[in-house]
Amino acid sequence: MKKTMLKVVVCAVMVVAMAGWAAGIGTHLFAAAMTSANGLGSGPANGPAEVKIDNYSFMPGDLTVAAGTTVTWVNHDDVPHTVRTLDGTIKSKALDTDDKFSMTFDKPGTYEYFCSIHPKMTAKVVVK
Amino acid sequence: MGDFIKDNFNKDGVDRRGFLKCMAWAGTGTLCVIQGGVLKSFALSDMANRALATAKADLSFVQISDSHIGFDKAANPDVTATLDAAIAKVNALEAAPSFVLHTGDLSHLSKPAEFDTLDQRLKSLRTDKIFYVPGEHDVLNDDGVQYRERYGKGSKGDGWYSFDQKGVHFIGLVNVMNLKAGGLGNLGKEQLEFVEDDVKHLKSSTPIVVFAHIPLWSVYPEWGWGTDDGAQALGYLKRFGSVSVLNGHIHQVMQKVEGNVTFHTAMSTAFPQPQPGTAPSPGPMKVPADKLRGLLGVTDVNFVRGKETLAVVDSTLA
Repeated sequence: MKKTMLKVVVCAVMVVAMAGWAAGIGTHLFAAAMTSANGLGSGPANGPAEVKIDNYSFMPGDLTVAAGTTVTWVNHDDVPHTVRTLDGTIKSKALDTDDKFSMTFDKPGTYEYFCSIHPKMTAKVVVK
Repeated sequence: MGDFIKDNFNKDGVDRRGFLKCMAWAGTGTLCVIQGGVLKSFALSDMANRALATAKADLSFVQISDSHIGFDKAANPDVTATLDAAIAKVNALEAAPSFVLHTGDLSHLSKPAEFDTLDQRLKSLRTDKIFYVPGEHDVLNDDGVQYRERYGKGSKGDGWYSFDQKGVHFIGLVNVMNLKAGGLGNLGKEQLEFVEDDVKHLKSSTPIVVFAHIPLWSVYPEWGWGTDDGAQALGYLKRFGSVSVLNGHIHQVMQKVEGNVTFHTAMSTAFPQPQPGTAPSPGPMKVPADKLRGLLGVTDVNFVRGKETLAVVDSTLA
């Protein structure tokens, strides 16, 4: 008797949890579509673009901009970070909290970069 | 006393067991002891063994780490004051340590004034010598040129070196340079060759202590807490009966025993960092002001020859 009731409760919890999970995914997809339509995130940006450095992450981690766009990185963390392309051609100084680094991308291409202090932090700028 | 962990490793016992693991988090008040191959946990109040270890030690030294002089954010607006508290803790030890190891992140932003402040403060340490290895915060913008000018006299490559003290062989390594995208800490080919060559002439019975900033073992790769070629360096030390690896970087106590190797990370003198995976990132952890000094500290290490015993005692600043 007790066992059966427990099963029912577990099932109910799972159903609620899965519904919440599905709803979460839906919201996320919707948000992504909205962002894209606004020209931020995955679509090429026309004006200046910004990459936030927060919680040891570059956001967005995958930024697409039109050639000639100036991208500015702003460090919101309490520790310094850098912006460095894999080939080392673009290389910022260590950015302390609230420090910024800007780069104008004239040549189309994919620019993969990382933080040379915390190399797990990787991201890219795609210039079209 | 804010002491909260003590380890006694008996080499023979660990060898029989092959693998033993002991982890203790800063502030949990765990005491782990390995004796005769059996891992035991004790309450903090049992400090009798500590006094015994110090009294019988052939060599005792202290490790301090991650002072981050120049850091002024909410997690600790006064890192100089907590460094001073760490120095006072060391100076209050029953016997002055033979030397002090600083395992890096001396400064927060590699600024000359930050190094100056550290140097000035450390002058009051009651010890004969201080040995350093750099943290990633000490080699910003200049590939470590300034660090080596100040702290790397007589060292090789990016600042690695070795020395002997009372029959114990110490190796200071640099794993914060030339980091690769997506990777962890890095020693590099030249430094690995140095390690291999450095220990060639040593007897297998020589106790070895390796110290470097970033953990040489894989603590939590998701947060970069490990060294890509750390295992290769440790591979050259396999034939030695007693190997101790001392690191900083993660601002909390963690330890592991694997065969004849004991791994240990020290607390910071500046600010705590979260336990792996418990926060969105490993950034400085803000705790209530009255809790801060309970999460900062110094590490006292004692060797007893003959018994081949290593005792590691972490003391908080609280």
